[in-house]
Amino acid sequence: MTHWLLAPILIPLLGAILQIFVGYAPMPLRRVLAIITSVLTLAAAIVLLNLAGDDTYRVYAMGNWQPPFGIVMVLDRLAAMMLVLTASLALLCHLFSIGGADEGTRQFHSLFLFQLMGLNIAFLTGDLFNLFVAFEILLIASYGLLMHGSGSTRSTPGLHYVVLNLVGSSLFLISVGMIYSVTGTLNMADLAVKVPQVSGDQRFLVEAGGMLLLVVFALKAAVLPLTFWLPRAYASATAPVAAFFAIMTKVGIYGIIRVYPLVFGANAGEMANLGMNWLFPLALATLIMGVIGAMGAQTLRTLVTWQLVISVGTLLAPIALGSQKGLAAALFYLLSTTWTVGGLFLLIELVRSQRGSASDKIVMAPQIRHRTLLSSLFFFGAVSAAGLPPLSGFFGKVMILQSTTSGVEMAWLWGTVLTGSFFTLIAYSRAGSVVFWRNIEGKIENSTPVTPLLAISTGALIGMSVLMVALAGPISAYTNATAVQLLDTRGYIQTLQAPMVEEGS
Amino acid sequence: MELVFALAIGALTAGGVYLLLRARTFPVVLGLTMLSYGVNLFLFASGRLATGSQPVLGTAAQYADPLPQALVLTAIVIGFAMTAFVVVLSLRNLADHGNDHVDGDPKKRTPASKHARERRPL
Repeated sequence: MTHWLLAPILIPLLGAILQIFVGYAPMPLRRVLAIITSVLTLAAAIVLLNLAGDDTYRVYAMGNWQPPFGIVMVLDRLAAMMLVLTASLALLCHLFSIGGADEGTRQFHSLFLFQLMGLNIAFLTGDLFNLFVAFEILLIASYGLLMHGSGSTRSTPGLHYVVLNLVGSSLFLISVGMIYSVTGTLNMADLAVKVPQVSGDQRFLVEAGGMLLLVVFALKAAVLPLTFWLPRAYASATAPVAAFFAIMTKVGIYGIIRVYPLVFGANAGEMANLGMNWLFPLALATLIMGVIGAMGAQTLRTLVTWQLVISVGTLLAPIALGSQKGLAAALFYLLSTTWTVGGLFLLIELVRSQRGSASDKIVMAPQIRHRTLLSSLFFFGAVSAAGLPPLSGFFGKVMILQSTTSGVEMAWLWGTVLTGSFFTLIAYSRAGSVVFWRNIEGKIENSTPVTPLLAISTGALIGMSVLMVALAGPISAYTNATAVQLLDTRGYIQTLQAPMVEEGS
Repeated sequence: MELVFALAIGALTAGGVYLLLRARTFPVVLGLTMLSYGVNLFLFASGRLATGSQPVLGTAAQYADPLPQALVLTAIVIGFAMTAFVVVLSLRNLADHGNDHVDGDPKKRTPASKHARERRPL
């Protein structure tokens, strides 16, 4: 049992508690402590990534309770990858926030770190009920972060977001209860053993529970019938929060990748591939909805929120098809799109701060300061988001397209993704050329300068897509190995036999 | 007992969903609370209903499943915190928009806020 597994949970937890105590300390001290916590979390995540590279599962049994009786933390390639993705996104958003966005409330840093902790628990846990608890932790921190900032524009979208997620939590509990009532366990590895053995009428209970769970994850991921909460909620959040929330929809996708291939995968007997035939058309419909939203966006911020919806559709389509290549491609694209969309959210805040009353509306305005810097960052972000060569979004999409080779699914997937990318490209070109090129005479008053810190954190997030191209070989090797590990459920089931710490040792 | 229990869960959930779909924040908060009661009872029942048995081995001929009880306890605590938060948020919504419509729509004022507006000194 390696205690490193708890580091990504304990570091932000302690950092967040510390932030509460130093709430009245001078701002620079609080900022330094907060950034140190984020850096340490990233360091811990990278250590775990190195550990996970040897394809073995590492188990941490809380309180030394033998699974399936106690709660376990399980580290595998997928968990480690999500940890590093989250921690790197969090660090860069956190750096951006100390440029001034954290001044609204005293609690900003502790909420931010609590959310980071909730995310890390969700990625590490091997227990379905613990996953629910992790969701609640990250959600209640996200409620606070969403309301952070001044003005009355946030309370209504915030209320919608909270009420919707509370209903989602109720559904989560119902599905957990249904699954528990038949299988008598909530440990994911144990569920993978018990679910195929369920027979007779009891199967329908587990099936209903599994489908309800899919609805919950789809709500978090904003899949089509449950997508409309997302644009308004994200459009009203402050920039670093919105950028960090780029990971929130991916938590729903992570839940689907974690639970469905394992518990309702190919080995699940009569319940094999539960719900995946529903997920595929819904994913494509989500993609189309996202493209329609992006085409109709009036502001840059709305454009990028719809980009999130597009990426959810693009990610879930190959996941629903369930092939190993598709899963690997989806994981590659997940990394690319999360960093890019996060970077675009930060960039739009910079653009907005330069344009005075024109804000981030896609309208003509006088020429902005720092135009070369901001427009080239926007160009890189848009190229990666729309999926044009040579940036990582392109490679992700190509890998997704290549994962299906024949059949009706291929026709639908290729048609939707390619047409969708084309129209996304139009949306970005229109927005970029209106905002950056079509200038009118005049001068913008009260534009705030872009400090190096803001520019560097934004540039680093967008630059991740360049880095991903440079390191495309190792990264795709890693995602391939992750997909292999995910689809071979025997290894995960072995975690039930994990040795416990002996008494006296 | 099973029938009464099932009817109670059904009534709470139906009432909760009905109230959730209302346009004012107060019924919505009440609906969320009722829904969470229904869910908690449901979760409790997932360990099978048993009378006169304890969740401790060896103290009675039959023992009740302790895990759902632990789950319900966690769910109650979380639900309580969330309800407190959503109440505060609804109050903020009321303060920001001067009415308690869930969309904060200024065109649809409640009688209470109309009254408040009339009383405001000009």
